[in-house]
Amino acid sequence: MTQTQSSNTMPLPAALTSYVSGNELMSQDSQFIEQIVDRYDRDVGMLIPMMQDLQAECGYLSPDSLQALAKRLNVPLTRLYAVATFYTSFRLAPKGAHEVSLCMGTVCYLKGSANITQAICKEFKVAPGGTTPDRLFSFTAVNCVGACALAPVMVVDGRYHDGVTPGSALEILHGLGSAAQAAQAEAKETAE
Amino acid sequence: MIDAPAKLASIADFEGFARSLRSQDRTGTRSVRLCMGTGCQAKGAARLYELFEEAIKQSGQAGAIEVKPVGCHGLCQRSPIVVVEPAGIFYQQVEEPDVAEIFRETVLGGRAVPRLLYQDPETGKKLEAAEEIPFYKVQQRIVLSQNGRIDPTKITDYIAEGGYSALVKVLTSMTPEEVIAEVEVAGLRGRGGGGFPTARKWRSCRQAEGAPKYVIGNGDEGDPGAYMDRSLMEGNPHSVIEGMLIGAYAIGSEKGYIYVRNEYPLAVTYLRTAISQAREIGLLGENILGTSFSFDIQINRGGGAFVCGESTALMASLEGRPGEPRAKYVHTVESGLWSKPTNLNNVETWANVPPIINRGGKWFAGIGTEKSRGTKVFSLVGKIANSGLIEVPMGITLRRIIYEIGGSMRDGKRFKAVQTGGPSGGCIPAEHLDARVDFEELTKLGSMMGSGGMIVMDEDTCMVNVARYFTDFLLNESCGKCTPCREGLAQMRHILQGITKGDGQAGDIEKLNDLAEILSGTALCALGTTAANPVLSTIRYFRDEYDAHILDRRCPAKECRGLFIYQIDAEACKGCGICLKNCPVEAITGERKAPHVIDQQKCTRCGTCWEKCPFTAVLKV
Repeated sequence: MTQTQSSNTMPLPAALTSYVSGNELMSQDSQFIEQIVDRYDRDVGMLIPMMQDLQAECGYLSPDSLQALAKRLNVPLTRLYAVATFYTSFRLAPKGAHEVSLCMGTVCYLKGSANITQAICKEFKVAPGGTTPDRLFSFTAVNCVGACALAPVMVVDGRYHDGVTPGSALEILHGLGSAAQAAQAEAKETAE
Repeated sequence: MIDAPAKLASIADFEGFARSLRSQDRTGTRSVRLCMGTGCQAKGAARLYELFEEAIKQSGQAGAIEVKPVGCHGLCQRSPIVVVEPAGIFYQQVEEPDVAEIFRETVLGGRAVPRLLYQDPETGKKLEAAEEIPFYKVQQRIVLSQNGRIDPTKITDYIAEGGYSALVKVLTSMTPEEVIAEVEVAGLRGRGGGGFPTARKWRSCRQAEGAPKYVIGNGDEGDPGAYMDRSLMEGNPHSVIEGMLIGAYAIGSEKGYIYVRNEYPLAVTYLRTAISQAREIGLLGENILGTSFSFDIQINRGGGAFVCGESTALMASLEGRPGEPRAKYVHTVESGLWSKPTNLNNVETWANVPPIINRGGKWFAGIGTEKSRGTKVFSLVGKIANSGLIEVPMGITLRRIIYEIGGSMRDGKRFKAVQTGGPSGGCIPAEHLDARVDFEELTKLGSMMGSGGMIVMDEDTCMVNVARYFTDFLLNESCGKCTPCREGLAQMRHILQGITKGDGQAGDIEKLNDLAEILSGTALCALGTTAANPVLSTIRYFRDEYDAHILDRRCPAKECRGLFIYQIDAEACKGCGICLKNCPVEAITGERKAPHVIDQQKCTRCGTCWEKCPFTAVLKV
């Protein structure tokens, strides 16, 4: 198969097109990728830790950063994309200001976490795995956070809330919004 | 930082160091042990720690009294837990305002504060020591023996309690073959679920051709409703490291990995600390304690994929690829990570090794049943009075676990089933509560040991819905590589969803059985071959619930929406009007202060009235 033929075959899925038409990275970002690659001795076997570090730094895996990492490691971009889409902890879109995980483990489920998910999704117009339209928080329904004696559990920015109900969950999450507003107002005040 | 010579260069150095740690007279030392497990932290244990530190500082006795953060105590239901030494007084559900009183009365005065003690629900007696509490009395702690005693971030704590003495024993007086023989005498079997004899695995790996050889600690605890490995890695990380060191010595490996689940950030932090401390004093790295044995461990975090708990998928993940299992006609002990001989054990299996070496295989083999030796850690959770982390000898009955340790059902409900073995396990009904918990017995009952989740369900749990939940879970987590698992589970879920929605058809159960048979016979990995267990075990023991759904369009547990109706109990109804106001479809009528009525034609079974009624006058029938 010649090169022209292969580029004319199947159109790329929408999610992937942004991954091949990316812009050049800012020099600062490319330096960071350099650092990560060096940290693991350019070992392709350490691809997952590299991508974890990249996400920890940038908040998500942007098309540009993945492309740069692939180039640096001299592996096809599809390999990184396969890894990024296989593991649930990788994110291909920017996250919200806060991170909210609701446990869907067996005990939490038995104690009603499905109703809590429903309530959150309805109230904040967000789907599990997504981010609220106002970027207030990213919402994930996770398999089990391993705190079963506290079920149902919701983790907000690393803090565990136990025995949550649909009502208390919404209250906690609305609290995030008002805290953000208060901080904004305060910042505005001090600026003035 | 550790108060130790920069590096312990010989066995004699280590023994001198350990002796000096042990000789520090601890009897009579006043200390406060604060549980820092996930449960206790969620309930504010970190703040309690600060308050105790402050209290000590203010009392001017900073050197004489110690606050010690420790790993999970197990009785998570009563968190946060605080234990005051030397008397070992056990406080539960401690809150911030209690700190001053505990400090004044117990730490300084040596008296207990009765209102914070555990009260035996049967006798009403207040119990001072953990050992007196029924939850702990029935347990036998080997793996968890140091949990709740030592500070997991201090290698000196572990060594002072006898840690790394098994490693020294191995390095000074045992050949690799002798180590394997000792583990064989112990009869240790894999604690991750498979129950494969550990010594046989080690021997195969030792004898396999090829170098280097790898050892792996599997801490990718993915079962929903289970947190044994988490508590072990967070509470006593050195026990896992010491076990791996001994295994590596026996197998002839110089490189190890611990694969930790991504959702356990604290476990990662504590393991990292433990590994760097062990390196610092020469217990990991080149020429350990001046011997010719070298070994080091690297930590890898999982990416949030359940299937990576399977050994070949985990190895694929360690190689930086999607975690897809492969067929195991060539065993991983011969060709595993990077196609080299690889020995993978669960972290709990590794933690069993040091006590076996220290106290002998015979001692270990004396605990448990003929084919399942030793103890097993379970996370006992669900609709039970005392949720928590427990360790019991193999062979104990389910009844003792649930009623003596678990303290019976919550809210006086009736026991229906206990689910063991994680999502690929099964549900065991009341008639088998006297079954002994060991590998063979649980398998015979259509469930399995698994990694140790034990989820108790009561009369309000619909078993068809439970089967649907697990099938849903497994379908979402199926890696998609083999057809039976990917497509079979999708079909099973489709059928189960229909049944729970009231669209069940005659013949559905037969179809489920057929699909289950295909799955168990043809799936690529153990996750696929066991994926039908939740469905099969619920059909086996709760066929009547399936029939009620399919034939009568009725959910006996009243959980499946649309398969039961709401009615107002005229006697309990006070006519307050709350349900009427909240009903979204105006299906409720009634005068104020007179019993209300639900129009079943209009009702959409949304359950709002049931949730809102302050007098529990709305009934599910």
